[in-house]
Amino acid sequence: MSAPLSAGFIPLVDAAPLVIAREIGFAEEEGLALDLRPAASWATLRDMVSLGQVEAAHMLAPVPVAMALGLGGAGTRLDVLQVLSVNGNAIGVSTQLAARMREAGHPFDFVDAAAAGHALMAAKPEGLRIGVPFPFSGHAELLYHWLGALGFAAPQALSVHTIPPALMADALAAGEIDAFCVGAPWGSLAVEEGSGELLLPGTAIRRFAPEKVLAVRHDWAETEPDLTGRLMRAIWRASRWLGQPQNRMTAAEILARKPWLDTSAELIERALSGRLIVSQRGDMRTVPRYLEFFAGAATFPWRSAGALIADRIAGRTGLDRPAAQAEGRRVFRSDLYRQHLARTTADMPGASERLEGALREDTPAASPSGRLTLPADSFFDGYIFDPSARKR
Amino acid sequence: MSDKLSIIVVEADRERALLIVDSLREAGDFDVSVISEVTGLSRRISEMNPDMVLVDVASPSRDMLEELTLASGPMDRPVALFVDRDEGGMTRAAIEAGVSAYVVDGLRPDRIKPIMDAAIARFHMFSQMRAELKATRQALEERKIIDRAKGLLMKAKGLDEDAAYALLRKAAMDQGVKLADVAQSLVTAAGLLS
Repeated sequence: MSAPLSAGFIPLVDAAPLVIAREIGFAEEEGLALDLRPAASWATLRDMVSLGQVEAAHMLAPVPVAMALGLGGAGTRLDVLQVLSVNGNAIGVSTQLAARMREAGHPFDFVDAAAAGHALMAAKPEGLRIGVPFPFSGHAELLYHWLGALGFAAPQALSVHTIPPALMADALAAGEIDAFCVGAPWGSLAVEEGSGELLLPGTAIRRFAPEKVLAVRHDWAETEPDLTGRLMRAIWRASRWLGQPQNRMTAAEILARKPWLDTSAELIERALSGRLIVSQRGDMRTVPRYLEFFAGAATFPWRSAGALIADRIAGRTGLDRPAAQAEGRRVFRSDLYRQHLARTTADMPGASERLEGALREDTPAASPSGRLTLPADSFFDGYIFDPSARKR
Repeated sequence: MSDKLSIIVVEADRERALLIVDSLREAGDFDVSVISEVTGLSRRISEMNPDMVLVDVASPSRDMLEELTLASGPMDRPVALFVDRDEGGMTRAAIEAGVSAYVVDGLRPDRIKPIMDAAIARFHMFSQMRAELKATRQALEERKIIDRAKGLLMKAKGLDEDAAYALLRKAAMDQGVKLADVAQSLVTAAGLLS
């Protein structure tokens, strides 16, 4: 008799670990009857999990951190059990802005974040409006880091607006925004519909950025350790399955089906393989690790990742940064990860914190298997976040 | 500013929007506007600055409201949401959490009024509680500073606690400033001198 467990998700390619855990049977193997419920917005999904309507949720990594800082939500404490996906976002600009940038000589190389940022700001020096899916999101973090590092800090230099992903292409076409940062497949949709062109993949700003996480209520994880463990193992096995290239077509076909994304398998496959069409002329760019589910301990919830997110949010909202970092660190439960995945072959990094952004190339790391390689995770501007530097 | 409660209904479906507006009319004398286009939602809500926003829980535009809620300070404006069924006590839990009211089966006129009342009452209650909490916190902070200032005076001048307090109070009265401010200056000065 399987134990019932419900999880909320937003129909996006990076909800794949949840969908695959259910569809390929990893949940059932763990004795779970996983009931997946779609939500229409991140705010609703957050409310569903914090109000106890679902046990677990597919969530933007910064959301549980923002909640811990008292920003948004009903005040329930959420825990991040593991990371569901890394990277997967793209930055796009309206067709008019793209034309202006091209005239000014920008090559649209899809690689150089500094050049792209300067070209973008030069094309619209004042009042640039950029859409992101949610105020607290990896998209917003990428954007603020990117333009902030180039000397264009929000809110002085640009205005950032919340636009649900499905409406991003429309907002661009309607002239509501000049640019956006969004996850797959919505950037491609703007290209298909002719309202925009892709300027950069998220990886050009940071090469390995945690994107979506598996979040549950803190109390639930504490009182239901058995279910928590079963859920984590099921999702981890699904992530491992997704990380194998030979499963890519199957994954795309499953995700494209009606109860899940209900869209074309071809668009999903583009995101899974990192082959993006960036303009209406059909230019294709291949982006390594455009969307990563498993390799390089992608699923590991680094305490320092939570601290970094908290630090950036605190900096923008005027909260005390060291205190915020401590909160962010608590949200990412690397302890539960070690505890509940101990019986699997999951690679356990030797430490639970690290310098975020310090790896300029793939680097072998200490782990029991001795085979763990941490992927390059550097920021384009060389920024490094040291979680032990508590002062500033 | 009108004393009527202003409400914005965000609903793309025209029929449903009309039904909601009708039920609101029956429930009371409100200033109701309907926004059906999601483009420019944030801007239009900011411009109109309503007392309450009603939005379908199954609408992706809920995320746009989130930005507004955050921009205007969390909970400056109650947001009530329509859901079709009350799954797992979500309505009650939501109202208890004080953030928003989840209006179940929103199309039934007889249910709109009590839930809106509850949402508004909760909202005011929470605003008041937050104000009180802030005042209490501040009083506690002042208390701490005054205690430290007293301690400094006791040590520096060999006074007992009552005499130290009297000295602080006299300084405050002579200078026409708050006791806490005098204490703060003293603590700051002592910090500089130490």
